Amino acid sequence: MNKITDILRSMDYGPAPESDEQVRAWLAGKSGGFGHFIGGAFVAASALFDVTNPARGERIARVAQGSESDVAAAVAAARKALPAWSRLSGDARARHLYALARHVQKRERFLAVLESLDNGKPIRESRDIDVPLVARHFYHHAGWASLIADEFPGRRPVGVCGQIIPWNFPLLMLAWKIAPALAAGNTVVLKPAEYTPLTALAFAEICVEAGLPAGVVNIVTGDGTTGAALVAHDGVDKIAFTGSTEVGRAIRQATAGTGKKLSLELGGKSPFVVFEDADLDSAVEGVVDAIWFNQGQVCCAGSRLLAAESIAEKLNAKLRARMINLRVGDPLDKSTDVGAIVAPVQLERIKRLVEAGERDGAHVWRAPGPLPTQGCFYPPTLITEVGPASILAREEIFGPVLTAMTFRTPEEAIALANNTRYGLAASVWTENVNRALEVAARIKAGVVWINSTNLFDAAAGFGGYRESGFGREGGREGLAEYLTSGPPAAKLAATKPTKANATAVSAAPGLAPAPGGDAIDRTAKLYIGGKQTRPDAGASYAALDPKGRSVGLAGLGNRKDIRNAVEAATKAANWGAATAHNRAQVLYYLAENLESRAREFADRIRAQTGVAAREARDEVEIAVRRAFYYAGFADKYDGAIHATKTRFVTLAMNEPWGVMGIIAPVAAPLAGFVSMVLPAIAMGNCVIAIPSAAHPLSATDFYTLLDASDVPAGVVNIVTGETAALAKTLAEHEGVDAVWCFGGGELGALVERASAGNLKATWTRAAPTEWADEQGRDYLRRATQVKNIWTPYGE
Amino acid sequence: MNEASQFEPAGAGHNRKRNAGAPLETSWFEPVGVNASAVERRAASLPARRSVKKEFQAAWLVRAITCIDLTTLAGDDTPGRVVRLCAKARHPLDEDLIEALGLADDPPQVGAVCVYPTMVATAVKALAGSSVPVASVAAGFPTGLTPLKQRLAEIDYAVGEGADEIDIVITRAHVLNRDWNALYDEVSAMREACGQAHLKAILAAGDLRTLRNLYAASMVAMQAGADFIKTSTGKEEVNATLPYSLVMLRALRDYRDFTGFEIGFKPAGGLRSAKDALTWLILMKEELGLNWMQNDLFRIGASAMLTDLERQLSHYVTGRYSANDRHAMA
Repeated sequence: MNKITDILRSMDYGPAPESDEQVRAWLAGKSGGFGHFIGGAFVAASALFDVTNPARGERIARVAQGSESDVAAAVAAARKALPAWSRLSGDARARHLYALARHVQKRERFLAVLESLDNGKPIRESRDIDVPLVARHFYHHAGWASLIADEFPGRRPVGVCGQIIPWNFPLLMLAWKIAPALAAGNTVVLKPAEYTPLTALAFAEICVEAGLPAGVVNIVTGDGTTGAALVAHDGVDKIAFTGSTEVGRAIRQATAGTGKKLSLELGGKSPFVVFEDADLDSAVEGVVDAIWFNQGQVCCAGSRLLAAESIAEKLNAKLRARMINLRVGDPLDKSTDVGAIVAPVQLERIKRLVEAGERDGAHVWRAPGPLPTQGCFYPPTLITEVGPASILAREEIFGPVLTAMTFRTPEEAIALANNTRYGLAASVWTENVNRALEVAARIKAGVVWINSTNLFDAAAGFGGYRESGFGREGGREGLAEYLTSGPPAAKLAATKPTKANATAVSAAPGLAPAPGGDAIDRTAKLYIGGKQTRPDAGASYAALDPKGRSVGLAGLGNRKDIRNAVEAATKAANWGAATAHNRAQVLYYLAENLESRAREFADRIRAQTGVAAREARDEVEIAVRRAFYYAGFADKYDGAIHATKTRFVTLAMNEPWGVMGIIAPVAAPLAGFVSMVLPAIAMGNCVIAIPSAAHPLSATDFYTLLDASDVPAGVVNIVTGETAALAKTLAEHEGVDAVWCFGGGELGALVERASAGNLKATWTRAAPTEWADEQGRDYLRRATQVKNIWTPYGE
Repeated sequence: MNEASQFEPAGAGHNRKRNAGAPLETSWFEPVGVNASAVERRAASLPARRSVKKEFQAAWLVRAITCIDLTTLAGDDTPGRVVRLCAKARHPLDEDLIEALGLADDPPQVGAVCVYPTMVATAVKALAGSSVPVASVAAGFPTGLTPLKQRLAEIDYAVGEGADEIDIVITRAHVLNRDWNALYDEVSAMREACGQAHLKAILAAGDLRTLRNLYAASMVAMQAGADFIKTSTGKEEVNATLPYSLVMLRALRDYRDFTGFEIGFKPAGGLRSAKDALTWLILMKEELGLNWMQNDLFRIGASAMLTDLERQLSHYVTGRYSANDRHAMA
């Protein structure tokens, strides 16, 4: 017997190792350890920690643990580089990004091998998916750099961006962060994950090689404390974070009130829905790409298989047969499907979760293929007999573990798909286009793949709903995260709390009425679910004129009123499904009715605020105009079709958040209120509005207009009372999807902090002093979230 | 596994329990979704997911040789041309390569020689004493638009001339018009005409256009008793592709699950390189396993591929890249 005849019997693949010689030589040259990359050069390495290859448990490098002063130095370098970089022409920045893309391509194999060595992912993935997407991202954003002036008129870079990325796609996440930031004219300080810093450091060398100006990209390595220092640093204008929901929440709290712009791309427990008419064999391959891609360490991994009960058994049988063929092993072997888990602590976590589920009665089936005897490996695993209540169906396992459940009807499929705190991605398999699009529209997720999964492209937006974070990466929507129109380096913290924010409201009687109060007593109530309701506490407070005289009583709302209002808003969700034309009609009607009562509204503004008659009339006019404007826009804020892959329609749909909280500014009691409420409802949101505490009566007058204008019950709910207390309850409420607060200062900080619970999106700013131009696309962009639906075609 | 010899051509499907067919059952294929873009994605990523190198690659290339249906189906075929092809079929590899690969005790032969019916007698004679079977196209190859009676008579003729395997073509119109009864009856009649010879049903995937049609046609052909299903005549605009192959393999896997019968698969048309051979062997191994990597369940319809396989094996043995002229032509 010789080798050939032996192999002819087994027909094994045999070993097919990718050479790591070049990478090992490079690493050997860095045996003194890597310093941080600051201001265009590597600084001397100190406070080193080990970086290991998880497939073999061997140390492959040592990198520096970034301290507060390292972070400060990097931020200073980025700040120093900012003026020149942001003043460069778009074309000049495009050339730099283009050069980065080219250099990444020229080093593609080196980067792929380094990535697999450091992270443990199969070389097929780093070679065929990660690194090509990195180059694509830089090319795409080179294009944006040239186009920003035309495509985003009036916008400017945010400033210095602190970017913190995870270990699952180290270089790709770097590209997702750095490319748009640089295209928009920002400079960055990036902290790669503690486990996987090496491709970021190689990228730093590429920046030098490609001639990127010093300080535009700075890289500081380290663990979570380094990231925390970056988040806390005063000189950072924006934080972009990809990672766990837990850390995202901490960052939300830490940045609350600092004025730092924030985007979070967090965890997921994404559904993979298979209907009975689906191409089951293809769905099986989809599952492979969904949960056994990158060892399942993918934030958008399709980790919850939801299959129609009628085909579930067949599907599971096909899945098991397929799983037997998955090859777990050496990441550098070209025939490896599933590589190493990134670190022992992650492996332990996966084991612990699966064992906990197993004890609870879940049926665990692990693919029987051989596992390497050393290194961090876990077999592809299918878990059945598991309910939505199981820890395995709720917790993000972040490993090659799939939980399978069944459904009876499309309704139930959607309900199960949405039965999670997360909302990052979903995959829907059916041959019925009507069903596919309906389910895609109704699943709450930022990315939906129809008959496909885990597809990425620089031209498409990626990011989550709910606790999967906010903000998008990629495409037009992603670039917008790195642009701003506000004043440079404005910090909310710097704005003093206005007197009115702290308006003291008292339930006690005894204030003198303002003159002219001899008409029949009008009682302003709360407005909840289309009804004028008395406050739960049975209390009212006097709204005062500038001289301290009462101009009328308003309801003193409390926590329960907010709770009731959120319930009413949630029940009114059909508003979002109404045609845009229908919403426009309602808004026009509102404008009509407001105008017919213009005089009365102007008088009320005067009475409360003491402004001149002319100014009061102007304010009413602005409010009428605003209603016309958003009525006009209701059916014109279109989504887009992104140019991604061939034979895909990648729909970017603007969807309403759902339930929005609105905290209106103190001054301009009508224009401020209307300017915030109308864009929100024009896009299909239902709102709970907290009017100016000092001047609540314009908003309470307004509800009679809502009644008269066919605004459906629950679409607008109005709760008057003490702003801070109501705002806190509203911002904390887990049934609220987004909050706008134009109060600035401490109120904004309070809202941002309180929003961390369910990571609702927030828009906090100081109240504008001039309302005439406070309208436009930016309001609509913030009143919606973008869902990208990837729809393939072709037969 | 064929224990007697690695390379002895066993005839298409001859090592297996022969397909007894099944009644026409449309529920086996009509509800089955075939999503073209998902199939294409799987087909595109599959070759990149596996790699076969060095001595493993050499062995796989030798295996590919044994799966080739060495084919000539041209208007200018002559007995002389067929005799030359048969000589190559007996000795697909140079002696020195066989020696170097350590295969002298059991040298490889190709899976079959595939010719037109009028060339069968020549091929049978030229292959006498070898165990290489003769396959004949028949039944109105390549379009199948001759009257059924004549097509059956053509099968009779080829079998009578000594063909071991008959590569029939189906009437594409039956598929395009979803006339499953007509398709079933046609293939059943052909199977009967084949007698002991094994029937390889050419589905002409490129003419059927949609992958759903291809899946349905595969299933009907198997229900009607086909021993092999084959992608193409080589004369369609598009011939063997990975997506076509993948869909047909899924169909024959489903058929096995329904009936227990293992049906063979033959891609034909457009497979030219050693790289193609490896890609299709990977496909067979991944989708169906070891049984389908042997020539009683897997054939590659090709004429030019053999030379490339020889060149690659020569490179493995000598470390130098070889030139076509150094290998005997077919």
